[in-house]
Amino acid sequence: MDAPAINTPEYSVSELAHALKRTVEDSYGHVRVRGEISGFKRAASGHVYLSLKDDAAVIDGVMWKGVAGALPFRPEDGLEVIATGKLTTYPGRSKYQIVIERMEPAGVGALLAQLEARKAKLAAEGLFDADRKRALPYIPRVIGVITSPTGAVIRDILHRLADRFPRPVLVWPVLVQGDAAAGQVAAAIAGFNALPRGGPIPRPDLLIVARGGGSIEDLWAFNEEVTVRAVANSRIPIITAVGHETDTTLVDFASDHRAPTPTAAAERAVPVLAELRLTLTGLGLRADRAALRLLDLRRERLNAVAARQPSLRNLLGLRQQRFDDLAERLPRGLRATAQHWATRLTRAQLRPALLRQRRDSAAADLTRATTQLQTAARSVTTRDAQTLTASAARLRPHLLTAQHARAQARLEAASRLLDSLSPLGVLARGYAVVTDKAGKLVTAAEQARQHDALVLTFADGKLDVTTGVPLQGRLL
Amino acid sequence: MSDAPDPLANLSFEAALARLEAIVHKLEAGDASLEESIAIYTEGQALKKHCEDKLAGATARIEAIQLGADGAPVATKPFDA
Repeated sequence: MDAPAINTPEYSVSELAHALKRTVEDSYGHVRVRGEISGFKRAASGHVYLSLKDDAAVIDGVMWKGVAGALPFRPEDGLEVIATGKLTTYPGRSKYQIVIERMEPAGVGALLAQLEARKAKLAAEGLFDADRKRALPYIPRVIGVITSPTGAVIRDILHRLADRFPRPVLVWPVLVQGDAAAGQVAAAIAGFNALPRGGPIPRPDLLIVARGGGSIEDLWAFNEEVTVRAVANSRIPIITAVGHETDTTLVDFASDHRAPTPTAAAERAVPVLAELRLTLTGLGLRADRAALRLLDLRRERLNAVAARQPSLRNLLGLRQQRFDDLAERLPRGLRATAQHWATRLTRAQLRPALLRQRRDSAAADLTRATTQLQTAARSVTTRDAQTLTASAARLRPHLLTAQHARAQARLEAASRLLDSLSPLGVLARGYAVVTDKAGKLVTAAEQARQHDALVLTFADGKLDVTTGVPLQGRLL
Repeated sequence: MSDAPDPLANLSFEAALARLEAIVHKLEAGDASLEESIAIYTEGQALKKHCEDKLAGATARIEAIQLGADGAPVATKPFDA
């Protein structure tokens, strides 16, 4: 063959490889690709290596540790996913791969579509209704565990139960994978329910249905209708724990409690005995404290009320003092009063003595007055009498008598003389007594001349006479 | 039901615990009368003992079901995981 003119530029292998790398990486810097995971491998480094495939092609992929660890689900072989990332080439091996930056399940695959349809149907039957859920016993007497007798699941459950609250456990060994699994699990649930109460095999009052993680196919027994119905129809409350936290099977919808893991199922099954004891002790202490506090509060209130009151001692003390004072004064006062009144009474009493006294007093008064009167009278009389007596004494009756006698004698003598001398006698013998009109004796004629009228007294009467003396000569 | 000497005999642990908690709260609230406080305190003591008795019997006994030919359980045997 003749050699045609060669216009095609010549690359070195490296040049070509790097040219390809640039081309691929520039053109496929950001792609989304759907495929089924195959050859899933997590390296010790944490990086994940896998292939994405469909029925005709395969492409290698890698997920660096940071991306793989942040995945919200657990990628496994057979899982259809949508991976987002960029293509890179590896010039040293003439290979290309996708570096996956994000990955998500591919949504409703054929299996999932079937699962969704079944779920909808069973839900429509009411198998998942909330009001079908049975309450779990707080402390189950016997726990039935339906799971594989080998492997981590049963060990995890038993260990966690023993740690928390040791209980009798009945393990019903079943296959949890494969064609026979669903039937065995359903039979175990029904079998536990069929155990008679009080029979030789104790009937559990709580069941745990558990299985470890696996692919959706591995867990498929727990999506089978027979299993789901057995769970829904169980009269014994059931906790399901199938697969990992992100796996949800249909039995989980039908059970009374879905636990994310077998360990979590054990935790939900029993409380922690030590905590219960602590709780009880704590409640006991709190009850004691509260009761004591109640008593204290009441005592304090009582004391407060008592303190607000004057103390009994003070209260009584003051009054006692007053009482004592009064009690002391009372008899005295009483006595004094009694005495007072007794005295007054004594004084006032109408005793004969008193009357007598009064009478005597009055009599005395009277007597005294009488005496005084008498005395006065007497004194007057006496005085008079004395005066009289004195006068009388001075009267010297014998002198009087003598005088009298003398007078008598003189009188008699005089009388006789008088008689002898009496003008009347003289007169009788014819004499007359001449007097003036004044009665004055006129014994001489001279005298007589001086009067114009004279009175001549005769023995038997008087006779006015006139003298012859002229009137003009009369002396008046 | 005959006259049970222990009125708590049929009371579940949970119910007894709930009642005990209610009693403690009531005591702690302090609004019960002294007489009632004494009564419920006494009841609380009985409930606490009842609960403790229920916890006292906690033992682990792990058995596995043995199935007969018909698939029904016929016996149990000690289980060693």
